[in-house]
Amino acid sequence: MFQDKNARITETQNWGSYFLLRMSAPQIAREARPGQFLMIRVSSGFNPLLRRPLSIHNCTGSNLEVFFQVTGEGTRLLSQKMAGEELDILGPCGHGFSLKPEFKGREIFCVGGGRGLAPLYFLARELQMVEATPVIFYGGQTLSDLALKNRLEATGWEINFSTDDGSYGFKGLITQLVEQQLRKRKPAFLFGCGPEAMMACLAEICQLSNLPAEFSLESIMGCGLGVCWGCVRKIKKGGEIKYLRICQDGPVFAAEEILWSGD
Amino acid sequence: MVDLSSDLGFLRLKNPVIAASGTFGYGLEFEPLYDLNLLGGLVVKGLYFKPREGNPPPRLAETPCGLINSIGLQGIGVEAFCQEVLPKLALLQTAIIANVCGEEEEEYARVAEYLSRHQGLAALELNISCPNVRAGGKCPAQDPEATYRTVKRVKQVSPLPLITKLSPNVTDITAVALAAEEAGSEAVSLVNTFLALAIDLESRKPKLGNVLGGLSGPAIKPLALRMVFEVARKVKIPVIGLGGIFSSEDALEFMVAGASAVEVGTANFVNPSACPEIIKGMEDWAESHGLNRLSEIVGSLKV
Repeated sequence: MFQDKNARITETQNWGSYFLLRMSAPQIAREARPGQFLMIRVSSGFNPLLRRPLSIHNCTGSNLEVFFQVTGEGTRLLSQKMAGEELDILGPCGHGFSLKPEFKGREIFCVGGGRGLAPLYFLARELQMVEATPVIFYGGQTLSDLALKNRLEATGWEINFSTDDGSYGFKGLITQLVEQQLRKRKPAFLFGCGPEAMMACLAEICQLSNLPAEFSLESIMGCGLGVCWGCVRKIKKGGEIKYLRICQDGPVFAAEEILWSGD
Repeated sequence: MVDLSSDLGFLRLKNPVIAASGTFGYGLEFEPLYDLNLLGGLVVKGLYFKPREGNPPPRLAETPCGLINSIGLQGIGVEAFCQEVLPKLALLQTAIIANVCGEEEEEYARVAEYLSRHQGLAALELNISCPNVRAGGKCPAQDPEATYRTVKRVKQVSPLPLITKLSPNVTDITAVALAAEEAGSEAVSLVNTFLALAIDLESRKPKLGNVLGGLSGPAIKPLALRMVFEVARKVKIPVIGLGGIFSSEDALEFMVAGASAVEVGTANFVNPSACPEIIKGMEDWAESHGLNRLSEIVGSLKV
């Protein structure tokens, strides 16, 4: 865990409400694992006050990338940052996805809804390092939500797209597409990140298919360090249900540990 | 070299900056970020006798220059703290202060008594001012008599110096401060958070799961500063000031208003290296103003 007050932005990209920032932060990049996140200060003043938690989208050498959607004032300010500016970032925070040796030679489903694809790019690259085969599922309401389409298509990975309106890829929900594929393939694991309803549905599908899964959860956070206990959620651990911190005990939890809002 | 030390009488701090309870975990979480021995002291997260679940989420709502929280003192309890955390904290060269909580007077006494049997604590901070654990934000620090009784009871069972943490949610905070002093508290710390509400307009629901919460951050600094000024003029015991301290200038202002030491809270979230940066800034300021001892400025407000 490091605080880097001089993470220099080297590149920015923008697709509608979606943004990607690349920055140089060698110490944090050295330790970063897929599923971990950064706490980014978006304003040098006090409004908004808190840092914004954003998944690490990619990590190469001394560079880190974040991919995010403008959803409020904090992300709006972040979206206005330009190459050459410096950010105050804290990370790598939290516990990332479990990369297991038995993934070798197996297919791994990586399912992202909208901006939820953010942590899965870094994950898929690391899966390749352990000689697993990432199979990406990327869903959105419409084509413009598939901001990373070109980037993903350039990787050579299998990518399954879906849009609610059928403007690109499968017409329907990404969960339906996953369900379809599970009828004919046997992946070793599923990783997911996206809207709550999408993840809850995937968790159910995985349970019925006996497919182990992990999900990356989102929350407003005070500190990102595990000290404020502001980002808790009810989690089943060791037969008990208790409030665990998404920032420190997560943000990645096993599917069976998470209590969904419908539960 | 400026002498930064702060002599509270019962405790000598190497500098006046203490990390505030509830914003610093159990202390060790910040170890990867900087040397904790730089701190004047640290107050660990509030401790009840048993582990405590805390309030339903959402627990945080951001406001302009502020943060409303309703954590509800989720925590590990005093036994786990003394076995797993305190032995590690005790190795540090900084004042370790435990924040003592209780559902009622007897629990405060049990927690204080239990903590006093262990090595490594420089003082106790009596948390009678959390707005998030009783209905409607009520707390003992809203009543001078309840304050007096709780302090008196804890003093009976614990030989450790006691810092009573006061609530700003009162008409006259000096009356409560005087009650704590009269009951034997060695110091007072103020202020805890301001009882507050945040609303989501579209759903017309409170933003916090527990409806009300406590406001902290730069938004409350002028209010806290005023209360420190008022209390410091009334009591003879040392005053520890807190409430929206984000910079060395903020900390110095609290000292000028009468605080012998300060606590830094919400700033630890926004800038995890806030405490060491504030200490350095205070030292630079004292040097540039030709002070030999930083404590010279305590209560020096010219009115």
